[in-house]
Amino acid sequence: MKISSLSLNNLVRKPGRTLALALLTAFLALAVFGGSVIVLSLRGGLQSLEARLGADIILVPSEAQSKVSFQNMFLQGTTGAFYMDASVAEKALEVEGVEKAAPQTFLASLKADCCSIKIQVIGIDPARDFTVQPWISRSLSRELGDMDVAVGCKVEAGMGEIIRIYEQRCKVVARLEPTGTGLDTAVYCNMNTMNALLRAAEEKGISHRIESGDSVISAVYIKVRDGSDIDAVNSRLNGRLRKVTAVRTRSMITGVSDSLAGISRTVTVLIAAVWVLAFIILLLAFALIIRERTREFAVLRLVGASRGMLARMVLAESALCGLLGGLAGTGLAAALLFPFAQLIESALKMPYLMPDAGVVVPLAAGTVLLSAAAAALSSVLAAVRLSRVDPGTALREGN
Amino acid sequence: MTVKAEGVSRRYFRKTGTANYFDAVQPVSLEIAPGGMTVLTGRSGSGKTTLLNMLSGLLVPTGGKVWYDDTDLYALDDRALSRLRSERTGVVPQGRSAVDTLTVLENILLPARLYQRELPVEAAVRWMEKLGIAPLRDARPAELSGGELRRMAIVRALAQAPDVLFADEPTGDLDDENTRLVLSAFRDFAHEEKKAVFMVTHENDALLYADRVLRMDHGQVTS
Repeated sequence: MKISSLSLNNLVRKPGRTLALALLTAFLALAVFGGSVIVLSLRGGLQSLEARLGADIILVPSEAQSKVSFQNMFLQGTTGAFYMDASVAEKALEVEGVEKAAPQTFLASLKADCCSIKIQVIGIDPARDFTVQPWISRSLSRELGDMDVAVGCKVEAGMGEIIRIYEQRCKVVARLEPTGTGLDTAVYCNMNTMNALLRAAEEKGISHRIESGDSVISAVYIKVRDGSDIDAVNSRLNGRLRKVTAVRTRSMITGVSDSLAGISRTVTVLIAAVWVLAFIILLLAFALIIRERTREFAVLRLVGASRGMLARMVLAESALCGLLGGLAGTGLAAALLFPFAQLIESALKMPYLMPDAGVVVPLAAGTVLLSAAAAALSSVLAAVRLSRVDPGTALREGN
Repeated sequence: MTVKAEGVSRRYFRKTGTANYFDAVQPVSLEIAPGGMTVLTGRSGSGKTTLLNMLSGLLVPTGGKVWYDDTDLYALDDRALSRLRSERTGVVPQGRSAVDTLTVLENILLPARLYQRELPVEAAVRWMEKLGIAPLRDARPAELSGGELRRMAIVRALAQAPDVLFADEPTGDLDDENTRLVLSAFRDFAHEEKKAVFMVTHENDALLYADRVLRMDHGQVTS
């Protein structure tokens, strides 16, 4: 019987003790893995949001500011309905410092007979769009055709399916990758389709179009030229364009980013607190267990086990307990986090994009190893103390 | 193998009267030769167990040396000393000395298994039968009485066929019949297998089996 198999034997034949130690480390692993996945998902959501917005400034009709929260507009997909003349995009391009101006038009469908599902429809100009189009291009190799739609990952419509919006039949030609934001709940189409939908909505008496005819948009996404001062361009846009408000996108992101930083800090502090507490409990547990096993260790010394063998045995036992607990804790965290990601997202009201397997698997493996190392480390003191005692003295102490 | 103690002593630091220390064993010199059974008797607290532990490599003396033939026992590092304890000595300590997670037979074979030596299963079974614990081979220590546990420890020491067997009050938990069984087993082990047996006891019967009797009083071996 090698000393390692003796360790295994001790764990198997003392299941209560093994389970108690494993539970402690499971708690550690649950905190680390669960907390890390939540923080990473929030960061992923924010990065995704930044990438999707991709614009420095957004132009909306002045009336829109009082109608919607811009933060909700992008995080929860509540785009609202506000319109302005499409020429705003061209006028914006004439302003000094503006490199790109991409118009978008918003429309909400109804939960009524005329529509299959209640969703937000966003019309884009594929040729000019630099915010949503690159994302659509990853799932659709061609441009969106007339009456074609690309749907966000949370829209319940499969590829090739026909969805009705204000009695208009639109074909789903692409399902988009998740972003962790309200964009996942929207449907995207080109401007021709959007205009057809707007007309159909108007016929149903549901539209807020302005008097300028067919050519309306809801927002213009502005990319500022490299080297230009964004605030200065923002001021120029506000000064030159009538009935339009220019808003810096950073001001939208800042609120989210601040909330995210707060949540990240809280989760990190909680993880640290759990670790400190659990580590102290593990230290005490191992000290008590080793003290209770003094006689057993003295007997092992008596029959020829060296100090090194005993230390290895204690470390192997604690590391195996840690490994077991690490696997259980990580597994439990995964079982709680992954199936309920949507629930967490709606509870947090923040962009929430789960990391992919390339991040999750190494993180899980690292957590399991870290748990085993923490358990082994917390038994080191006890193992060192144990190895310093003469077997003769230990036999006397253990009596 | 001959065990030789040269001025071996052990001092403990504790408040004893006006002194801050206590000499559990005053310098002792003696020799334990193979083929005989040495019995050490004396009152409780006279230092018998401390001397046995020092002779068996379990307790580092504060003075003197212990020799196993030409080997200075405490000049060895812990690894070598531990291996030597496993291969050349058998020790029966006072009190319980079982690993609770192992069966009786696994406990008996443990010294050989620790160093992956050939398992002395045959010898273990023979000694278990001789001492009446053969039916308990698969039992756990928690299921055994004090006397059965003591006999298990004795079989564990004997089954390894050590050069020298140290036993500390080995008959303490045993009835008269088992006491006689154990004492004759020790004597036979010493005489027939030409090994050395060193036993600490209060048992007067043990003196009848001894080839040599030593007495200890206040840390000194007096005869």
